[in-house]
Amino acid sequence: MCNTCGCNITPGNRPFVLAEKPKRGVTTVSVLQNLLSQNNHQAEHNRSHFDAAKVLVINLMSSPGSGKTALLETTIKRLRESLKIAVIEGDLETENDALRIQAQGVPAYQITTGSACHLDAHLVHNALHHMAIDGLDLLFIENVGNLVCPASFDLGHHRNVVLLSVTEGDDKPAKYPVMFRAADLMLISKTDLLPYLDDFSPNNAKQHLHDLANNTPIIEFSAKNGSGLDEWITWLQAEIAAYRLLLDSQQTLRPKVQQDGQLLHAQPGHNKYYPVL
Amino acid sequence: MHELSLCDDLLSQVVAIALQHQAQSVESITINIGALSGIEPSLVDTAFSLLKAGTVAELAELIIHNTPVIVSCPHCNTQSEVAANRLLCPECQSTDTTLISGDEMILASVALCIE
Ligand SMILES: Nc1nc2c(ncn2[C@@H]2O[C@H](COP(=O)(O)OP(=O)(O)OP(=O)(O)O)[C@@H](O)[C@H]2O)c(=O)[nH]1
Ligand SMILES: [Mg+2]
Ligand SMILES: [Zn+2]
Ligand SMILES: [Zn+2]
Ligand SMILES: [Zn+2]
Repeated sequence: MCNTCGCNITPGNRPFVLAEKPKRGVTTVSVLQNLLSQNNHQAEHNRSHFDAAKVLVINLMSSPGSGKTALLETTIKRLRESLKIAVIEGDLETENDALRIQAQGVPAYQITTGSACHLDAHLVHNALHHMAIDGLDLLFIENVGNLVCPASFDLGHHRNVVLLSVTEGDDKPAKYPVMFRAADLMLISKTDLLPYLDDFSPNNAKQHLHDLANNTPIIEFSAKNGSGLDEWITWLQAEIAAYRLLLDSQQTLRPKVQQDGQLLHAQPGHNKYYPVL
Repeated sequence: MHELSLCDDLLSQVVAIALQHQAQSVESITINIGALSGIEPSLVDTAFSLLKAGTVAELAELIIHNTPVIVSCPHCNTQSEVAANRLLCPECQSTDTTLISGDEMILASVALCIE
């Protein structure tokens, strides 16, 4: 699908380099390049594919087993008549999650990462060669169950949804600030189990998220009894509507944290090296 | 553990720069890593010593600057160093803060030996 974009790797705008020689024989070259610049470059490229197809892409992240696939199954049941949905599944091993999604009657492509504990923009791009995204309204990417590294990798998606199940402890946002700071929505999952777990307080979880200066909406959800489902569907539909409005004015949607990062570390172009001042 | 693949990318960037400058070797590599980058400095260090063997950066020292987590508050007009899991303004408790340092993972500079 990239015949026309021809963007991979080639840093066509190859660096201009000037350097000083402060010490004999040793020259210090200032670089100031993000260590993930290759990934970020690929992510922007993915985003332009998604935007061309007008499909809102949501990156689902959580610990292993917090209920990501169960959330997707429930969501698809509710929306499959009204929206065209597809799913990219990331797991270390097995096709189980993709099979569960396909059983709901929507296309799912499984990425097995082997040893990599997160999806990256290149893996997602490869997946796009195996599925049709034209005509889709909504694409979910279920990331590898892991609260650590998936948050660092822009996939080219538009929104981050982070699940926290009530069996995990309400202090997770304080322990994994990188992940929870990145949430555009926090979903407290498996709330049907709350009566059995006296030490999980949704309010504490909210407070810890608030301490990260993250004012994102929080939905309490259960795939078992359907509570919170309406609220979640309303959020999704609002995001789709907002995204389409942006597309109409030639803009796109980015996860909040990526947007901040871009402003903060605004760098003109890729692979540019800067001379030492 | 994505620090290995990260280091791999880091080394290819460094090797490309060394080549460009026709350097004999790389003396040191400086990277800036913030507590909110999601990268563990000690793992980067280990990965680097594994991967540098046989490259032009074989003898290079990896210098890691841990950048502080700093938020700025638009209400108080202050900048404050805070803990990675307390990103509110410590003065007024506002959540309208902007992170101005602490999530970076940047190859800052490379010192090359050029005869
Ligand atoms: N009680 C209860 N159990 C749930 C709920 N959602 C998921 N589960 C159970 O939790 C387990 C894991 O659910 P999954 O949906 O597979 O979790 P996941 O996050 O996709 O897991 P990985 O992809 O392996 O990281 C399963 O046994 C589910 O039946 C829920 O709302 N309530
Ligand atoms: Mg799953
Ligand atoms: Zn492409
Ligand atoms: Zn990882
Ligand atoms: Zn303040």
